[in-house]
Amino acid sequence: MIAFLLRRIATFLATLAIASAVIFAALELLPGDPAQIMLGIDAPPDALEALQKKLGVDRPVVERYFTWIGGLVVGDMGESFTYVMPVSDLIMTRLGVTLPLALLAALISVLIGVPVGLYAAANHKTPRDYGVMIFGQLGIAIPNFWFAILLVLVFSIYLGWFPAGGFPGWDAGFWPAIKALILPAFSLAIVEAAIFARISRSAVLDVLREDFVRTARAKGLSRKSTLVKHVLRNAMIPIITICGLELSSLLVGTIVIEQVFNIPGLGRLVFQSLTQLDLMVVKNLIMLLVALVVFINLVVDLLYAVIDPRLKHQGH
Amino acid sequence: MLQVKNLNITIAGATRDISIVKDVSFELDAGRSLGVVGESGSGKSMTALALMGLLPGAIRASGSINLAGQELLALSEQEMCSVRGNKVAMIFQEPMTSLNPVQTIGRQVAEPLVLHKAMTRTAAREETIRLLDRVGIPDAARRLDVYPHQLSGGQRQRVMIAIALSCSPNVLVADEPTTALDVTVQRQILDLLRELVSETRMALIIISHDLGVIGEMVDEMLVMYGGSVVERGHADQVFAKPAHPYTSRLIEAIPRFGMPRSERLKTIPGTMPEMGSEMKACIFAGRCDLVYADCLEAPPPFVSVDDAHVAACIRAGRVMETTQ
Repeated sequence: MIAFLLRRIATFLATLAIASAVIFAALELLPGDPAQIMLGIDAPPDALEALQKKLGVDRPVVERYFTWIGGLVVGDMGESFTYVMPVSDLIMTRLGVTLPLALLAALISVLIGVPVGLYAAANHKTPRDYGVMIFGQLGIAIPNFWFAILLVLVFSIYLGWFPAGGFPGWDAGFWPAIKALILPAFSLAIVEAAIFARISRSAVLDVLREDFVRTARAKGLSRKSTLVKHVLRNAMIPIITICGLELSSLLVGTIVIEQVFNIPGLGRLVFQSLTQLDLMVVKNLIMLLVALVVFINLVVDLLYAVIDPRLKHQGH
Repeated sequence: MLQVKNLNITIAGATRDISIVKDVSFELDAGRSLGVVGESGSGKSMTALALMGLLPGAIRASGSINLAGQELLALSEQEMCSVRGNKVAMIFQEPMTSLNPVQTIGRQVAEPLVLHKAMTRTAAREETIRLLDRVGIPDAARRLDVYPHQLSGGQRQRVMIAIALSCSPNVLVADEPTTALDVTVQRQILDLLRELVSETRMALIIISHDLGVIGEMVDEMLVMYGGSVVERGHADQVFAKPAHPYTSRLIEAIPRFGMPRSERLKTIPGTMPEMGSEMKACIFAGRCDLVYADCLEAPPPFVSVDDAHVAACIRAGRVMETTQ
């Protein structure tokens, strides 16, 4: 188990190293002077020179790369010229909104998708199964920003249950903050829930065909107990895999949804810093998103080993 | 103790029901063993699943399966759950895949004990150790927390037997229990089954396409062909004097140790008739070399050739003579 853990962590670090080099190189390859790009062609020469100095464009590439990495390790990501504050502070504040939003959306999609998938599988080839699958198709086909507008229309404008947009901040209290995140989270969750339903259904159906399910039935377990006690855990591997992928796509999904709901999160920051060419922020943001995705994959890999004992003993 | 009468198994088809097992009848007393032989598609595994009440979806059984006075075919699914694994237990062909890969052996063996005997976890654990020890798992107490992939095929089949044995069933159904195992392990598993039958007085039904397995294991045997029983009798009688041409050809087809290399293995030419084909003639007529006009007119009745030895062949007497 320890060897397994170390191997996975080594892969994690190697992936991050490669990703950072690629991100750095991509921005380095942008034609022209980054300071000029950030400030625009009308920039006064003294401001341009000051920024060039700050960015250290005159120093060798390798040195600048390692300065950046060294800064990342200690949490120093430089300063954003549009927000005039340390990039790390900026990202941390935004992360405090987007991470809860993504996790809430993930939770909602799992809580809806997995039971629905199980229900469809348990009623395989019956009208209930077909009904669920039709709704699943619809869920996948609906664009989340359109669904977001629909939710706002119903739950904010007609019913007035939730705010139509904005985020009061965590200082306003837990409930007001969560309340502002519920509609965006549902908008993000609908597609993912539909995908979860389909994946869980087919994962459960695959396991139901296994010989050990027949053994469980031969022991005298009812269909339902067989499903709960023997099928579910075996079906978790594909479900967890999708969970990892979904979390990554949820993080990307926040870029649009935060725009729709006017939420000051990471997604909006990505959008804004890109349009304002705030390269310092862009570089570190992309690195952070990559790190989050790779980290999610690491967690998924570790969960595999917890679920399936065969993976733990592979090295023996 | 177990009486099966006119067991018919049908698949509900789009236009009509297709019959896959026809009029299977047999009786089996406690402590006795029955071998069911036949090639793939002869209906032997379906018969076994019918005994367990585990026929898949659109497949139905009719007739009578009476276990110690209880009519199994009349039970609801819920009632059948309390019979399965308790009064009738089953082991399967594939020990490699028949155990849940993500649960420990101990938990899987203890499951029926908790389910049917309402044992506490601790009591079930004690009993599991005893069972694993009995089926020949060395160092049983320490194997409780082991996962199936850490055991060999033979050991996994022993675990399956321990599960089947856990609630002291009246009947144990073994569907090709040694087919997936290598020959030395096969021998050990068969010996274990034989010991358990004489020790626990349970009845054993062993299903195989391997006459070698059946021959040395069982008291009585049932030869199935195309969904029907073609011959039934004491195993030694059937082996010594087969009365149905199919059985006779099956026995001839067993390769013998020390037979000359130049000699070709015997086969039965032709193939089994398709499932559900109407029975207007003897089902074996297409592959039989003793076929006469009257064989093609009606399915043959059972002809009694000896005490409790019957064959569905109007020329049973002649078949017995020719295999002298």
